[in-house]
Amino acid sequence: MKIIVLLKRVPDSETKILINQEGTGIREDGVKFIINTYDEYAIEEGLLMKEKAGGDSKVTVVCMGSDEATEVIRTALAMGADDAVHIADATLSNPGPFTTASIMAKVIGDEGFDIIFCGKQAIDDDMAQVHCILAEMLDIPQVSVATAFELSDDAAKATVSRRIEGGDEKVETSLPVIVSCDKGLNDPRYASLPGIMKAKKKEIKKKSLADLGFSEVPGGGRSRVLKWLPLPKGGECRIVEAEETPDAVRELVRLLREEAKVI
Amino acid sequence: MCMKLTEEERMIQKTARDFARKEIAAVVEESNRNGVFQEEVYRKLSELGFMGMTMPEEYGGAGFGNLCLVLALEEISRVCPSTAIAVSVHNSLANHIIYKWGSDGLKKKYLPRMTSGETIGVYALTEPNAGSDVAAIRMSVVRDGDEYILNGSKILISTGDKAGVILVVACTDPEKRTRGLTAFAVEPDFSGFSIGKVEHKMGMKASTTVELVFEDCRVPASNVIGKESQGMQIALGSLDGGRIGIAAQSLGIAQTALDEAVLFARERRQFGKRIVDFQATRWKIADMATNLDAARLLTYRAARLRDAGGPCSKEVSMAKLFASRIANEAVYDAMQIHGGVGYTEEFKIERFFRDARVLEIYEGTSEIQRIVISKKVLEEYEQMYPA
Repeated sequence: MKIIVLLKRVPDSETKILINQEGTGIREDGVKFIINTYDEYAIEEGLLMKEKAGGDSKVTVVCMGSDEATEVIRTALAMGADDAVHIADATLSNPGPFTTASIMAKVIGDEGFDIIFCGKQAIDDDMAQVHCILAEMLDIPQVSVATAFELSDDAAKATVSRRIEGGDEKVETSLPVIVSCDKGLNDPRYASLPGIMKAKKKEIKKKSLADLGFSEVPGGGRSRVLKWLPLPKGGECRIVEAEETPDAVRELVRLLREEAKVI
Repeated sequence: MCMKLTEEERMIQKTARDFARKEIAAVVEESNRNGVFQEEVYRKLSELGFMGMTMPEEYGGAGFGNLCLVLALEEISRVCPSTAIAVSVHNSLANHIIYKWGSDGLKKKYLPRMTSGETIGVYALTEPNAGSDVAAIRMSVVRDGDEYILNGSKILISTGDKAGVILVVACTDPEKRTRGLTAFAVEPDFSGFSIGKVEHKMGMKASTTVELVFEDCRVPASNVIGKESQGMQIALGSLDGGRIGIAAQSLGIAQTALDEAVLFARERRQFGKRIVDFQATRWKIADMATNLDAARLLTYRAARLRDAGGPCSKEVSMAKLFASRIANEAVYDAMQIHGGVGYTEEFKIERFFRDARVLEIYEGTSEIQRIVISKKVLEEYEQMYPA
């Protein structure tokens, strides 16, 4: 069984994000980067399926990002993935989801696959689009926000649980399929020390757009990010003080009516 | 010397950090309150390869160097310094000594189950009348055919009651003093071995500390480590690794002291402002952060030098001396910033304050480190400017 896991390098969720002065990106100095949290579930599920299917099953990681992304790729390899494709090209800054999906579709098509696992969304730009577009481009079914995944014994189809409002939805899908993973799907393993040692010898195929046969950024003109803006600062907080609570409430109501004009 | 960590070192640091924050943090309060050695934590650490970090792959190890061990111990100590003790002793003393000095037979017998974590290795040197003064070791040994018979006791042995193999230094020939010491690998089910007094300590409570009693304890001659009379050489040759481990533990404690101090000071308000805005607090934070960085540089340098294989005793002692001192200053200042609540068990700093004290005592007191450092410095001067 050939399993593809899509990976993205994102700023650590514990890091405070600051927009750069030009509004073209974030300030990266001092920012720690991690594997997108939801992608960790995708890696783990890929490894579990490989272990279950056995034989010559293989997990290949596909990641698009700057040269620095090798560290998160190497972490996925240390967790147990077999090899990786790293798409790095200087012309790719802030690619939109259509661009990312177009390039990944090419890579995945070249690699071949039975199942693609990815995170349900990236925790940085929260687009949650790449897997949908990929499903369309590869002409395969897509199951999103998976919280349980079970492969049939003959590995021809899978049953997937999706957490929806008020309950779970069980979906049966044929293979090949792309599954976006949610928290609760599994408990991602740590990169073990022998795993880290072995990862050094695993192959990361680095590809530029030209290597993949693109003469320009695919889908570049469809949509683009105009500017990134910091959140507006919250207004000043005012505390209404009075000797007696009813007086404070009266004053609050007056302020809401006359100054804030919200009641 | 480049201090930037490699990709591989950062990955090890991340695994150790994630593990400590999730698995160790879940049990740290309970295990320290009740003085429980967390077997389950060690089992999981073993599965991830932490009990064979620096051993070669042929013996089931992960094949990393001392700096990687430092990074792991630092991360574990940020959450639970006492959990780091067994990891440090096992890797830097037990594994190391058997690998470096043991016969092929001993290596094959013990290393695979030590690197897999199935067997915890401990190191027993201290006696009621010997500690810093290694030459004063009096535990007696008599040869009897294919066996040696050990009599005496070792005290203050970390994790001695959980060990599967104990490296013991004993005296085969009292006349020869330091040349009469021999190292043995003793298993707890050898006849005549028992656990004596269990100590109740000020801190490091999730690590047990016990007395080991040897009454006509019979050890096969094949379990001599190195050669007879090589004990002193083995004991001294392994000190550096153990000391780097304590320096790493000190870094973890100092880092947590700084973290807790800053987070508390940002929240706590007095006289109408956050106490982090008082200069008295800021100067403490500046000193803690500067000392921590300096200690980290000394410790990483010592580890890199040891990995490079050259002499490094002076640099190791400097790291151990300085890191253990600044860790104690850091917990002191962090508790001062916390004020009254910091003295209660509600706040982490109380546990770290107690844990920090022993850093300046075990694996060579600060006084011993100064002896080592001054001796080396004076030797260097003697070479440059002969008297």
